[in-house]
Order: sequence, then structure tokens, then C-alpha cells
Amino acid sequence: MTPDHFQKRTDPEAPAPPFLSFHATKMLHTAQGPQLFDVRFDLPQGQTLAIHGPSGSGKTTLLRILAGLAPADSGHIRVGDETWLDTQRRIDLPTRHRSIGFVFQDFALFPNLTVRGNLEYALPPDTKKAAKAATTIIDELLELMELEALQHRRPALLSGGQQQRIAIARAIARNPRLLLLDEPLSALDDEMRHKLLDYLLKIQRHYHLTTLLVSHHVTDIFRLATGVIRLEKGRVERSGTPADVFADKPQITLTGTILDLTPAGDTFLVRIDCAGTILQLDISAEKAAALRPGREITITMQQSSHPERP
Amino acid sequence: MIDWLPLWLSLKLAFITMIILLVIGIPIAWWLAYSRRRWTVIAEAIISLPMVLPPSVLGFYLLLAFSPVGSFGHALDRVLDIRLVFTFPGLVVASLIYSLPFMVNPLLAGFKNLPPHLLEASQTLGKSGWTTLRRILLPNIRASLITGAILSFAHTIGEFGVVMMIGGSIPGQTRVASVAIYDEQQSGNYSLANHYAITLLSLSFAILLIVYAVNRHFNKSRSIL
Repeated sequence: MTPDHFQKRTDPEAPAPPFLSFHATKMLHTAQGPQLFDVRFDLPQGQTLAIHGPSGSGKTTLLRILAGLAPADSGHIRVGDETWLDTQRRIDLPTRHRSIGFVFQDFALFPNLTVRGNLEYALPPDTKKAAKAATTIIDELLELMELEALQHRRPALLSGGQQQRIAIARAIARNPRLLLLDEPLSALDDEMRHKLLDYLLKIQRHYHLTTLLVSHHVTDIFRLATGVIRLEKGRVERSGTPADVFADKPQITLTGTILDLTPAGDTFLVRIDCAGTILQLDISAEKAAALRPGREITITMQQSSHPERP
Repeated sequence: MIDWLPLWLSLKLAFITMIILLVIGIPIAWWLAYSRRRWTVIAEAIISLPMVLPPSVLGFYLLLAFSPVGSFGHALDRVLDIRLVFTFPGLVVASLIYSLPFMVNPLLAGFKNLPPHLLEASQTLGKSGWTTLRRILLPNIRASLITGAILSFAHTIGEFGVVMMIGGSIPGQTRVASVAIYDEQQSGNYSLANHYAITLLSLSFAILLIVYAVNRHFNKSRSIL
């Protein structure tokens, strides 16, 4: 190591190298035909980055390439001092050697193991030998996620919110360098989502894990993330703080419950209960086919970018 | 008086075949279920071939292959001192091929019906393929394991054409129950043939009863999942 090199590293003016540096390309075969995924971003340690964008924009692909679950055509991933992927040097660390905690959309809990068993399975074998330390980690997580009472139950019989808490606790149990959350709150109803958001904030404060979060809920992103990248057709369309990324398009979001759908000629009349106020919307039969009474619906109103309409 | 030896031979053959098929069937089904290569389709077709082929066709080709006159059989005989024609080990080898689809197909269906992210979740937790198979995948396809084991056992007991072609009817060696029925019937001993037949019939019925009971039990517990 040269003195020069040493100088550089201690220079307070020099920006710290990013903890995670990601660049990958991959040809995606989407319903709209082939589309190139080409994404590059850096992330400092301890930060939470939200990945936002329409479905099919490559959000899940990004997480899967980072986890080594999907191959990239070319690219380079560095985490701390480790190279996880370098297609030029033919380095592609297998998933099990990448220190990650991955929370899947469908939770992917092991049905044959108890709640505690699911968490214990996540521990590396050498921790298991130090049984005392392992017990401490598991007990701490069970307490933090308020799962102690359920620890000897099988996950299959538990509610969606409980399963999600187990999945998050399991992902954290091995103390990974990266926590990857794929739409962690989308499978839950509104009340459950808010509760789980609190759990995630608790986890953030407690463990300071560098986190990537795929989410399409702007509210969740504002509460959890320090940065956002918005993907559009496999490319980073915009990035920055949540305020930067979402500020350009002022929007109002209403959430309500679909009351009923009535056919009205060629179209459908849908009635939505938004906190006691009943909205009536006229929508096409095609759109109505996807709606079910009793389901939650989000209506987003966006200010038009054209100041005056003809 | 009924000679129990053919029935005993049938059970012994079926049991050995089932155990060996469990050992080789799990890795084959695992590979077929998770390999991304396209030509696994060809492998699946080859494995399932014995289900549609007349057993005599399979037996005929195995006889040609195992015959000491042929090069493969000759090499086996000379190098390893193994004879597969008209011997019990020959029956085991033939049964393995004949009953392979009855083990592999249920296991393959079991692996494919698992929630898709179980394997990936285990990988993201730093576990090897072997640990994942042993602790996550196999415990979650217990019903398929039991079905595969029982079906391959039952199918081996029921084989006739292959055994006739490659094993003949040597008492204590290759004269299994299904062959004994044919022999007794040919010699006009209808009552003796009937004894063997009724035993096989009851055995087969009992086996299928177990398969369906097991499946019903696991499907019930799965519906809660």
C-alpha cells in the first residue's frame, strides 16, 4: 500500500466508496415483447432504497439478479469488499454464498417447520453449535416481531400479517449484509399494512441493515426509504430522495372499498366507499371485469403536465 | 399344497426394487424438476417409456442386452462375473427399468407442486442443495414419496412379461408369483393357480387402498395449508 493510497482513504473530502454498487443488463421477455433491462445504481451502507415503477418495469428482476436467483447477461455487483458478480471476469457468486435476507411476495415459509424452526433454519451451522448465542438471536427477533406466543405453531395456519412477520424475522436472523424485500406489504389488508410498516421501522432502527425495498405504495416509500429509483421499461427513469422523485407530479391518492358494480349500458357503474363518502365512477366493462366488491381500491389523481387542455 | 416360495420371491424382488428406486428416483426427479435444460423432456419420455411399451418388448431387448452372447452381457460376465439372464439379479435390474416411471413421476409431480419459492428461500438463507433437499423439499413431498414407493412396489409384484422373457421360471430364482400362476394354469392345476391369483389380488387391492388413504390424508392436511 503506497502512502498516496493511504492519503486518499483518509482524505475527509473524498466520498466514501458505496457499500453496494450495482450494474446489470439482461434481455427480458415481457408480454409486450423483448425489452432490455439496464440498471445502474450505488447505495451507501445502512440506507434503504425503494424501487418503484409500473409492473413489468424490472423491479423484481433487479432483486433477483442481486440475489443471484436470476442470471444477468452482463454486469458487475460489489457489496462491501466482495465481488458478487463480474461477468467480464466470469465471477458469479451462487445465491447461497451471498449474504442476503430475501423476503418473497408469497413469504415462502417452510410448511414443515414451526415458526421457531423457520428462524433456526436460517442460522449458519457454526452459530447453531454456539447454541446459546443462537437462542439469544432467535428470542430477540421473536420478541421484536411479537411472535413469541406463536413460536411453536406451524406457519400455514397463521394470518397473512403473522406470516409476513415470520418471513422478515427469518430473513434477518442470519444478520445479512443486504435485506431485500419484494413488495413486502402488498399481500396485506390496509390495517395490517400499517402495523407491518411499524415493525419494519422498528427493524430499521434496531439493525441498520442496508435494505432494498420493491414497493408501489408511495406512502410506504416515504416512511421507509431514504432514496428511490423509479424504473420504467427496464431503465432508471428517475432517482433521488422520495421527495425529489415524487414531487414533480403532485398527486392525491384516495383509498376506498368497492361496494358494488352495476351494469349501465356498455359501461359499469362502480360505487366506492372512501371513508364514508360514496364515490360513483363510470368505467369500461373491461376494467370492471378485474374489480370485485369488498376489495380495496386506490384512486390516484395526478395534475396534468399540460397546463391547458384544448 | 401351495408353495409359498414364488410369493416370497415376488415380495423380495418388489422390496429390493423399491428401495433402490427410492435411492435413484429422488435425484432423477429432482434433476428433472429443477433443471433449466430443454432436453429434460427427452429424459422424461425415456423414463416413462415402460408405462406404454408392451412388457415383452422391454424384456426382449433386455434379454438381447444381457445375453452372454452379446457384447454387454459378455463383458459383464467376463469382467464382473455377473450373469443377468435367468438370474434373480437380472430380475432386479429389469424391474428397476420397468418400474422407474412409477417412482419418478409421483416424485416429479411432488417437486413441481411445491410452492415455487421454497427452494429459492432456502438458497437465500445460505443452504446447500443437499441441506435444502433433506430438510425442506423431501419433508414437504412425503405423500409423493409414499405413493412412489408403494406404486413401484406394487407394479413390480404385478410384472409378468419382462420376468418371463428375462427370468424364465426357475424355482427359488426367478419363479415369482405371477409366473407361477401361468405355470400352474398351463399344467391344469387351476385350484393352485387360483390360490396364487387370489393372494395377488388381495395384496394389490390392499396396496391401492393404502395409496388412496395416504393421499386423502395428505390432501386433507394440505387443504389447511
